[in-house]
Parts: sequence; C-alpha cells; structure tokens
Amino acid sequence: MAKIQLNGKKVTIKSNYSILDLLKKYKFADKKIAIEHNGVIVPKSNYRKKFLKNKDQVEIVHFIGGG
Amino acid sequence: MDKLKKDNFKVANKFLKSRLIVGTGKYKSFTETAKAIQASGADMVTVAVRRVNILDKKKPILTDYLNPKKITLLPNTAGCFSAKEALRTLRLAREMGGWKLVKLEVLGDKKTLYPNMVETLKSTEVLVKEGFKVMVYCSDDPLLAKQLEECGASAIMPLASPIGSGLGIQNKVNISLIIKQSKVPVIIDAGIGTASDATIAMELGCDGVLINSAIANAKKPILMAKSFRDAVISGRNSYLAGRMKKSSFASASSPLEGLI
Repeated sequence: MAKIQLNGKKVTIKSNYSILDLLKKYKFADKKIAIEHNGVIVPKSNYRKKFLKNKDQVEIVHFIGGG
Repeated sequence: MDKLKKDNFKVANKFLKSRLIVGTGKYKSFTETAKAIQASGADMVTVAVRRVNILDKKKPILTDYLNPKKITLLPNTAGCFSAKEALRTLRLAREMGGWKLVKLEVLGDKKTLYPNMVETLKSTEVLVKEGFKVMVYCSDDPLLAKQLEECGASAIMPLASPIGSGLGIQNKVNISLIIKQSKVPVIIDAGIGTASDATIAMELGCDGVLINSAIANAKKPILMAKSFRDAVISGRNSYLAGRMKKSSFASASSPLEGLI
C-alpha cells in the first residue's frame, strides 16, 4: 500500500502501482489527459513504466470549457 | 466575390475558415456548448486546462463533445497569475495532444482580470523559445503590443474591455493603432457584449474576434452564436468594401437635374 496525493486529495493505492494502473482505476486511460508526477510531466510512453511510491504527488489534467 | 474568397485568415501558418473564435466556458451543458459552436461557424475554440474530477468517474468531459477533425482546440492559461503557472499549464496542454498553438493569458488582478504585461512578455519569450506558437491576450497599449510581436507572438489579442464585462470596445484609437502597426493577426479578445461590437471590431480592421461570455450568457446562446457569425462576416466585408467618407453636411442621393 502507498499513500499518494492525487489532484490534491489523499488516495491510497496498492504497491507496485503504475501511472497506467492509476489511470485505469479512474477510467482516464483512453481520455485526452496529461500527467504531472512530482512536478514533472510524464510522457505517455512512460505511463506503464512509471511506478508510484508513498507521498508521491500526481496531477491529472484535462481540457474543460474556458474562454 | 473572387476577392472575398481569397480573404484568408491565417494564424501561425494555420488557415481558419472563420474569423470568429469562440470560448467554451459558462455554458449550461456540453450539448449547448457543441450546438453554439456549430451555430457560430467557428473552427477554433478555446479550452482551459484543469484537474480531472477523480470523484466522479462517469462524468462526461468536454472533449467527448468536440470533433477534433473539424475544430482546432486552443488551450488557454486562464486563471494563471504568473509566468511560472502559465508555462506549467501550456506544457501540460502540449503533452495532452501535441498542441503548439496556444493562447497565453497572464492575469494581474482578480477584480479586473487585466493582463500582467510584464509576466506576459516574459512568458511569451520562453514559450516561443520552446517552439510554441503563442496567441497573446494583452492590454490595448500599442507599445506593449509591438514588444509582444518582437518577442515572436503569433497573434496579438488586445482586450476590448475587461473579460466577461460585455462593455464593448472602449478604446478604438488604441485598437486601430495596434492594427496599423502589427504584421501578425490582431484578434479582439474579451469584453465584447453583443454582435454589433464584433462588427465594429471587424470594421476597424481586426483580423478576428474571440467571444465567450457574450454568447454563453445570452438568453438564447445558440441564436446569439449565429448572430455573431453573421456580425463578423458582415464587419469583415464592410472593412474590405471600404466605408464612405464622413461629412458634416448633407449630400442628396437623388440628382437635382431634371427636377420639375
């Protein structure tokens, strides 16, 4: 188990959880999104390779309505 | 008509069919957003970058309603108050789908949402160096607009009046000065209240207008979107046609010759 900050909220995930696993859990794997992991943007090709650990900070963003 | 057909609108090597760019904020639903965009005829729309809602997995998202083949998304930096925040936002936007064409806005004051031009200039410089094509929301100061162009801005986007105010063009003189000096497109961004404001902007010689609140906050947004489409086309044609000279005296339209 690991505790991470996801979009500012505390979330508990399983050990050995990749960013792709996280995206699947929240049903964003096939959506137009971008990810920041501890302040660094993660390229799509690394979603499978990047594993999350305790106290990591993850931001998932997407496009919303705006002017 | 031939001349009108050749009147292309190009921003950073991208041809746009419509000189009306619309925002996607403030609508009641995504369905209404999509219908308004269609009625407006716009082929470029602005979008904001925000955190996804992790609590509601089934909630629809905006991009499900926009056809990427027909509509170019223009990511913005709305809500950013520093160069650092704006850069972070646009780098994330680029990661989302390879966007290079972006709209930069760095705000300076929460009440007026007036742009912080010092931070805006700094951000433009950095983004251009990183290969972004930057359309820049800015004040209507001709000197600062010139500096933005020198920094490599792809479009100058001066405000007509504060964002969402609907007050229309407050300083036609400054907007005209910016149009005359600019080699990149000048697009009025913010403050347009109603269709005639957009026509005035186009008659001044603006290359385009960006509208959000005036459509989304209208009683009938979809009808207003259509109205803006016509207003922008009309204003552009009027600009190209070249208006008559103003005179202090009357000039009869009917000839006096043959008067009985």
